[in-house]
Amino acid sequence: MSPVGEPPILEAVALSKHFGGRRRLFAASAPVRAVDGVSLRVRRGETLALVGESGSGKSTLGRLMLDLMPPTAGDVLYEGRNVGALPAAGRRALRRDLGIVFQDPFASLNPRMSVADIVGEPIWLHEALSRADRRARVAALLRRVGLRPEHGDRYPHEFSGGQRQRIGIARALASAPKLLLGDEPVSALDVSVQAQIVNLLEDLKAELGLTLVVVAHGLGVIRHMSDRVAVMYLGRIVELAPVDALFETPLHPYSQALLASVPVPNPRARRPRAPLEGDMPSPTRPPPGCHFHTRCPHARPLCRELSPPLDAVPGDRAVACHFWAEIAGAGAGAPAPAPSAAFTRRLTLFEAKAAAAADPA
Amino acid sequence: MAEPAPPMPAPTISQAPLPQAPVLNVEGLTVRFAGAPAAVVEDVGFSVARGRTLAIVGESGCGKSVTSLALMGLLPPAARVAGRAVFAGGVDLLDMPPRARADLRGDRVAMIFQEPMTSLNPAFTIGDQIAESVVRHRGATARDARARALAMLDLVRIPAAAERLDAYPHEMSGGMRQRAMIAMALANDPALVIADEPTTALDVTIQAQILALLAGLQRDTGTAVILITHDLGVVAEVADDVVVMYAGRAVEGGPVSALFDDPQHPYTIGLMGAMPALGRRTGRLATIPGAVPLPADMPPGCRFATRCPFADARCAAERPPVRAFGAGHGAACWHAPIEGFGVAA
Ligand SMILES: Nc1ncnc2c1ncn2[C@@H]1O[C@H](COP(=O)(O)OP(=O)(O)O)[C@@H](O)[C@H]1O
Ligand SMILES: Nc1ncnc2c1ncn2[C@@H]1O[C@H](COP(=O)(O)OP(=O)(O)O)[C@@H](O)[C@H]1O
Ligand code: SF4
Ligand code: SF4
Ligand SMILES: [Mg+2]
Ligand SMILES: [Mg+2]
Repeated sequence: MSPVGEPPILEAVALSKHFGGRRRLFAASAPVRAVDGVSLRVRRGETLALVGESGSGKSTLGRLMLDLMPPTAGDVLYEGRNVGALPAAGRRALRRDLGIVFQDPFASLNPRMSVADIVGEPIWLHEALSRADRRARVAALLRRVGLRPEHGDRYPHEFSGGQRQRIGIARALASAPKLLLGDEPVSALDVSVQAQIVNLLEDLKAELGLTLVVVAHGLGVIRHMSDRVAVMYLGRIVELAPVDALFETPLHPYSQALLASVPVPNPRARRPRAPLEGDMPSPTRPPPGCHFHTRCPHARPLCRELSPPLDAVPGDRAVACHFWAEIAGAGAGAPAPAPSAAFTRRLTLFEAKAAAAADPA
Repeated sequence: MAEPAPPMPAPTISQAPLPQAPVLNVEGLTVRFAGAPAAVVEDVGFSVARGRTLAIVGESGCGKSVTSLALMGLLPPAARVAGRAVFAGGVDLLDMPPRARADLRGDRVAMIFQEPMTSLNPAFTIGDQIAESVVRHRGATARDARARALAMLDLVRIPAAAERLDAYPHEMSGGMRQRAMIAMALANDPALVIADEPTTALDVTIQAQILALLAGLQRDTGTAVILITHDLGVVAEVADDVVVMYAGRAVEGGPVSALFDDPQHPYTIGLMGAMPALGRRTGRLATIPGAVPLPADMPPGCRFATRCPFADARCAAERPPVRAFGAGHGAACWHAPIEGFGVAA
């Protein structure tokens, strides 16, 4: 990961996206404030995660930053240049540099496209290549994601969920991007398959020197994969922190509640919990002041009036709460107990045996 | 545990000695769809006692929902169901006249689904639907039934319950609909609740609310709960006992602490290793190679043999019996505990 002071690869500056809402002469219907004045810097080479409840604006923020939709207000800077001011050619180059992997890679694709067409389409769009070169490029991409070149002649429905996600990743890699955004890339997969895809993304990141932005609601995956985490609530970032700091000492009351809700996969870690009450309010009418005040156990009158800015705090982190310094520590959970010796021993045997079978020396 | 224990007589997974007679005792449950090459649920057994929670855990397609639908009598006619499921020491749920079973459903035995609209009717208000169930099973007057509906909405902590009585399902959020469905399921004080992935579609803060709610209601009423989930975190939080399913079979079962501290079956071990921890990163995730075999390709012996790093010729050919590894803890694997693999043989 590049040092803190270096220019970011991608940056959002006071970015907002409002959906719908009509302004008429006498009446106005409220728009959905999906993203509400977000500023965020993605560092070159890092894995940055966006987490938060569904509807908090993660996907919209990701799409805005990849120039896949125009913002209502604010700017996106890619390698220091304002994306909105780029000429058409510059924008096409940008599309190649920024790749995206969806939860369901085929939702928006023609089911009659073969895997080779799906994976190769981004290349044909940008380059004139001979048939043989095309085949070679697709074959190399398929191998890179752990599939076989013959898979190119088949159709998506013939593949399992994990293999389909590999195809989606191969497509995203076709234009040799520098940054990959994964929007819930493993959320629909079973845990054993999810682990394969998480490992693949990490291998690709290391081999290709990618920057990763991962949108996910699975907090275990986030903890495992990311360097830094941005926690979103109702269109705003409420906390931004290095991953271990966030999980060990969350500062924002919402981060604290979110982490306290995650089931811990160890029966010895059971503890009474006071779950966060209520639902996330509608983004058409976010509460005034701090968006979280309707559910925050620490809310005071000021919270209703004044929106807390996302302030930098020591430890390379930032938090948007008027009272974080007084609250700090309220949500720090006891660290989960270590897994048992028997489990650890057997898992080591399992992995060693599996590795030996996969790679008979 | 150095020596493998001798084979147990019953080919099913058992639980820890139950504190009292089980509310439900399932033996040899087998489901085969007409024309399918293999049974999708084969010889599965477990039991659950009053006030206890049994979790059935496994990846998608392993037969969790088919198991619950078989118990509820909700499978399509093409399903051939065999085995026994003795409810409250009396009737066999798998061998009952359809009328009697329908009477039991929503009364003594209730089901909670992942998708609330599976059991909520979009055309009726929440209050009318709960009241209707109370009238049907309890013969209550319309007035008492409505009072019961209100009390249930209060119990599941739906705010402004009196107003929500007259709300339609689409007027509520996902979390509120899930609560309303739970209110309906519990309205007649069932002795057994089967919850099939009740929180899978919900955000984790809402999941925590619903799990806390279920645990509280269970504490107050003594209902037995069968919780079906793919999430080992949820299992660790709420289960007393666990059955791990793989490709239609119960491969390991026992008290929750035994499962997590002393997992025996290679699938259980791989599944736990594949789950990213919430603690500091320790390295790459373990993976289980490949995918669940298609029904047509089921190996005749251990169904995990196509993916198991310890599989040998016997595993592929002969079905491993369940062996005991401690009080109520059983696993169906020829080579468990795997520390001994290749040492003695
Ligand atoms: N194309 C769209 N039109 C209208 N509303 C939208 C659109 N996309 C997203 N939204 C709304 O914006 C909010 C944020 O959505 P999204 O970015 O998808 O959140 P997340 O990815 O965190 O679940 C939600 O209320 C959603 O309903
Ligand atoms: N109505 C049906 N007809 C034929 N096969 C079915 C039917 N319902 C489920 N199955 C098959 O039974 C197996 C187990 O399914 P299910 O119980 O839904 O799995 P789980 O709930 O564990 O994800 C799957 O292979 C599924 O395709
Ligand atoms: S600003 Fe107030 S309401 Fe918002 S998180 Fe902080 S204490 Fe809670
Ligand atoms: S019986 Fe054989 S294939 Fe099956 S889990 Fe045990 S070692 Fe693996
Ligand atoms: Mg999203
Ligand atoms: Mg299911």
